[in-house]
Amino acid sequence: MAQPARPKEYWAYNVRLTMLTLFIWFVVTYVAIFFSPELNNIVIFGFPMGYYMGAQGSLIVFVWLIFNYAFKMNKADIDYGVEEEE
Amino acid sequence: MSVGGKSFLDNLAKIYGFYTGGFIIFVILLAIGEQMGMSNAAIGYTYMGITIGLYAVIGISSRTAKISEYYVAGRSVPALFNGMATGSDWMSAASFIGMAGTIFGLGYDGLAYIMGWTGGYVLLAVFLGPYLRKFGQFTIPDFLGARYGGHAARSIGILAAIIASFTYLIAQVTGVGIIMSRFLGLDFKIGVFVGLGGILVCSMLGGMKAVTWTQVAQYIILILAYLIPPIVMSYKLTGVPIPEIMYGQILQKIDAQEKVINADPKETEVRALWQKSADALAADIKGLPGSLDTKKSDLQAKLAALPPDAPAADKDKITKAIAALPKDAAAAKDAWTTAQKAQAGVGKAKPIKPYLQPFARLDMKNMLALTFCLMVGTAGLPHILMRYYTVPSVKDARVSCGWSLFFIFLLYFTAPAYAAFARNEVLSHIIGLPIAQLPTWMANWAKVGLVSFKDINADGILQFYELTIGADAIVLAMPEIAGLPYVISGLVAAGGLAAALSTADGLLLTISNALSHDLYYKIIDPTASVVKRLAVSRTLLVVTALIAAWVATYKITIIVELVAWAFSIAAASFFPALVMGIWDKKANKAGALVGMWLGFSTCLYYMIGSRFYGVDWWGVKTISSGLFGIPLGFIAIFVVSRMTAPPSQELQDFVESVRIPRGASKGDEAGMTTGH
Repeated sequence: MAQPARPKEYWAYNVRLTMLTLFIWFVVTYVAIFFSPELNNIVIFGFPMGYYMGAQGSLIVFVWLIFNYAFKMNKADIDYGVEEEE
Repeated sequence: MSVGGKSFLDNLAKIYGFYTGGFIIFVILLAIGEQMGMSNAAIGYTYMGITIGLYAVIGISSRTAKISEYYVAGRSVPALFNGMATGSDWMSAASFIGMAGTIFGLGYDGLAYIMGWTGGYVLLAVFLGPYLRKFGQFTIPDFLGARYGGHAARSIGILAAIIASFTYLIAQVTGVGIIMSRFLGLDFKIGVFVGLGGILVCSMLGGMKAVTWTQVAQYIILILAYLIPPIVMSYKLTGVPIPEIMYGQILQKIDAQEKVINADPKETEVRALWQKSADALAADIKGLPGSLDTKKSDLQAKLAALPPDAPAADKDKITKAIAALPKDAAAAKDAWTTAQKAQAGVGKAKPIKPYLQPFARLDMKNMLALTFCLMVGTAGLPHILMRYYTVPSVKDARVSCGWSLFFIFLLYFTAPAYAAFARNEVLSHIIGLPIAQLPTWMANWAKVGLVSFKDINADGILQFYELTIGADAIVLAMPEIAGLPYVISGLVAAGGLAAALSTADGLLLTISNALSHDLYYKIIDPTASVVKRLAVSRTLLVVTALIAAWVATYKITIIVELVAWAFSIAAASFFPALVMGIWDKKANKAGALVGMWLGFSTCLYYMIGSRFYGVDWWGVKTISSGLFGIPLGFIAIFVVSRMTAPPSQELQDFVESVRIPRGASKGDEAGMTTGH
């Protein structure tokens, strides 16, 4: 059954999810760049971790972040009763 | 079956599956052909002919007379396929050909491009994509016009869209010309115009609909072409064909090899010679104007001292050397200082800085700034943003952002592996070879100027700082470096061509839409009929393409730099106004105008100032000029909007409506509404 529309709560939820997404985005790029000399001391499978974060690690997190945001918001559309008409 | 029709949309996976399989069979047939003696030129022409022919077939069978199909592909592109189209729309000649080479040269610091050009999609996904789809019009200036009211914001949007897209377009057309001339042996100018035909045939008849389905086809070719050489290389080097995982051990080899090279006395000798030439240059600059006169009189004395029976070539050489001298002390100072800067930038007098060490070539501040500007620029480029108008729903727009990045990710996370294999090959197998025994690929690429080497210390052996490899050579030469047959070289060229053509298509459409839809239809003649609008749009498309090709034939070297500028311009002018339009209900017209203007002009001021007139704010490099314009744009919109009257209730309701998915327009009906 369709939920009653609650646009205000929906937007508040969206803002929270957006902030969380951006926080992780910030950590895996900018904080990782900042600490890359230290991270490089850890070497896994031949990869110094500072280098790895820039070359692959952050990218994997970006892809995950966007899909995670998309699935959560698509579900929230229905939970808060603001989904698109089919 | 018509492209874009219902049965086409229902069978997308099958159709593109067959297409991919067919293309692979085609490559295998060519490989057999090569074994049976097919010439390199024939392979090159077959690749170009078949791929451009394929794009043309898709482009022509997607012709349309419907406005919504022409501008937004009928809003019927599934999320995954829009992701593929965005991938090839986004990945240009620079990503395909230049990215791995940039990392090859810059090491860790080159990763700013990798993170910047992918992380921007996170911003796009949470700040803009889904909301633009809900808004559901045709162009990015459309949104500015609707949100801020009147023609002023729309006009700035048109201007910024054209400036950012046009510089970018010229670089793509140049890329097409280079690939055509290198692999087909055509004259560069002819290559440009042949490529232009390939671009127009995809976009003119079917607009966005044709461009979308061609871009999907181009993505498949470019990703196959990009991944195959490093997979083979990885298998050869490590026994496991997964380059993205296996290059870790290669990184360790690079690190070890750099230490060996730095300790080699012959290398020290070469570095000392570079130091000497740098010192001589510095002394010349210091000794101006006397040093210039001495040089001139020395050469003249040499000329006079030539015996009368000396060959004409010797005389010519000295005469030319005299003519090449700067004409006065001021010109000499300019030229020599530039040369000095270039030399210091390469740092050939110092030991190799470790490939894996952060901030060896770009300090931390600039690395952070560059990454940030590239990210925001990515999220502000109109030809990417408008792709999110083409999906069926807000839900699809969100998921499509994920697919877009996924398909881009496949290439970008392989690029560092590509770079590492190439660097390992050069350090371990090329450096230290006798000059006479260098592999043939080096001579091949030296011919076109992408590789150069000079035995500075005349010991007959190649040292590290005697070799220069252009960034563009890495990807193009990899098949030869890896010892693969020519059929793979041709495939890489076809991939590079696909990358350049697909981006050019998207850019061309953005420019002609800004002119035909935003300027002509929305501002000049809102009563124009559908037939007339499409005719205007198609005409502008051809005219824009011709102008771009004409500019490209001049081969202006600053173009590569201008592309980086386009990012900062897009970041500083579009991004704040678009984001605030959705996220700040109180943002109003005055705020947006001041913000866009301030962002744009600050960015432009710093670009031109730091590039040509020595302006320097906290040591930020020209390429990150957007760093100042972006925050200023945001602050200006926020502050000015609060100092002036708030937007009308109607506009505030409009913001509310953009924020929730319910009520999104579907397909054709969007063509009927006019915004607010």
